[in-house]
Amino acid sequence: MGQITLSKVNKSFGATTVIPGIDLKIEEGEFVVFVGPSGCGKSTLLRLIAGLEDTSSGTISIDGRDVTGEPPAKRGLAMVFQSYALYPHMSVYNNIAFPLKMAGTDKATIDTKVRDAARILNLTNYLERRPGQLSGGQRQRVAIGRAIVRAPSAFLFDEPLSNLDAALRGTMRLEISELHQKLGTTMIYVTHDQVEAMTMADKIVVLQAGHIEQVGSPMELYNKPENLFVAGFIGSPRMNFATGAAAEAYKAHTVGIRPEHLALSPTDGVWTGTVGVTEHLGSDTFVHVDVKGVGPMTVRAPGETALKHGDTVFLTPQESRLHRFDKDGKAVR
Amino acid sequence: MARAVSPRRKIAFTLLAWSVALLLFFPILYTLITSIKTEGEAISGFNLIPSFTLENYVEVQTQRDYWKPFSNSVILSLLSTLVALVIAVPAAWAMAFSPTPRTKDILMWMLSTKMMPAVAVLVPIYLLFRDWGLLDTRTGLTFMLTMINLPIVVWMLYTYFREIPGEILEAARMDGAGLWGEIVHVLTPMALPGIASTMLLNIILAWNESFWTIRLTTTNAAPLTAFIASFSSPQGLFWAKLSAASTLAIAPILIMGWFSQKQLVRGLTFGAVK
Repeated sequence: MGQITLSKVNKSFGATTVIPGIDLKIEEGEFVVFVGPSGCGKSTLLRLIAGLEDTSSGTISIDGRDVTGEPPAKRGLAMVFQSYALYPHMSVYNNIAFPLKMAGTDKATIDTKVRDAARILNLTNYLERRPGQLSGGQRQRVAIGRAIVRAPSAFLFDEPLSNLDAALRGTMRLEISELHQKLGTTMIYVTHDQVEAMTMADKIVVLQAGHIEQVGSPMELYNKPENLFVAGFIGSPRMNFATGAAAEAYKAHTVGIRPEHLALSPTDGVWTGTVGVTEHLGSDTFVHVDVKGVGPMTVRAPGETALKHGDTVFLTPQESRLHRFDKDGKAVR
Repeated sequence: MARAVSPRRKIAFTLLAWSVALLLFFPILYTLITSIKTEGEAISGFNLIPSFTLENYVEVQTQRDYWKPFSNSVILSLLSTLVALVIAVPAAWAMAFSPTPRTKDILMWMLSTKMMPAVAVLVPIYLLFRDWGLLDTRTGLTFMLTMINLPIVVWMLYTYFREIPGEILEAARMDGAGLWGEIVHVLTPMALPGIASTMLLNIILAWNESFWTIRLTTTNAAPLTAFIASFSSPQGLFWAKLSAASTLAIAPILIMGWFSQKQLVRGLTFGAVK
């Protein structure tokens, strides 16, 4: 249960085409993350799968069954919304029980399932409360509870953590990954945050302007980005790029090198630059260097460094870790 | 950061607030005072101390039948509100949840009808009512009250429905609710407070409406507004009785307003202070 196939899926709103045609296969039990900048069509794609939007053309099938024309309720999917979308007039218990009630489940079974879900999500003490009396994290858990009780064939998450503060986001990220391990159900997760994508996904789908730029595991995307967009989007801090003479030296139109693959030396190296801002994180230091003839570059130096603003430094890229791109932005291997 | 308010400032503001409140309430208070004066006291000029007579109340009810206009007021305001809601709920619903590019224009156009002076259409409406035999009938007046308040009802409901987030409806759809389940379990409970305060406000508006109720009725369908007006005409002015009649006319709605003020305030400020 939970294999989803999109074939030539197209979505237009009036004259505007949001998704020009996407082919994608999501395997059973996979944790797939759709990631991309805002307006790339990732949420629209999720809503097409959910059935909340109608496809303009193409087919969507779940477990081999064509569901393109079916309403959301018949697709057997559950969704967690960015705004949680809890029913404000119902208690937590009734919020979680709602999909079961709609399915006509008997009271005793509903009670067992709701209490099980509440236990998994640490909500047992809050069952009688209204959503308005809960914190953001608790509300999110109720939304997840409402999704898991009906044992859907796949979960859809639409930027579920973007309303939470940074600390809570970290915790919930772990909880959702843990839940995926426990349930083994297919999950499709939409986010604009590449850190969420990297840490949670089995498979990342990078989208831009309605096109799939690349599909792969987090490490594949990190180590072998197929184009400039993916190279720049995945990884934090961002990959450094150089064009012109600096790139031609490596027989490419553009070269990219990640901050952690640049060696910093006070005495010699390939590129010469001046230290700008240094950001101390404790475990690492990000040194922003203005490289002569190339432009600004970020270097990840391990631990602490004593570099000061205005110091002259030398940078050397690890050649094996260098990414080469042609003039169309495609990777050259 | 909250500013520290000096005691003197606080006293000044309290006095100001009380003065404004008193100023607004004064006409009602003076009506109440006049209603317990004798007719002699009532016409002898400004005077805040009445002789506490209840004679006017007795006379108002013996001279004229109070209960008939009262029951007319109740029936007209409730019925016109009910009809207005039956029409406005689906209308506002459609405009809030599946708006078209023209929705805003339609709303503005509906509101614009409230800006037209009623007198401008008095003659044509009077003639129509006469030809259709609707003069002095409850049916005619219910229709009229429904029509004049409909724009406000649609507007109020529209703003309420707009506050219901679309994602909640989508969540209900994902949770397996059909259209009916969506309406019964999610939409109605969420829209109920809004519908309730719209209903209350419309009852008050219909109860207080005096332009059409006085002009389109004589006896049979005349509500309390016409009852009050009847004390100011043929026999000359009887201020004390007129005041007693007014007090009797506004009392029910004032009491209803008092008990539902929380609901009403919420209704009037909805969207402004969330």
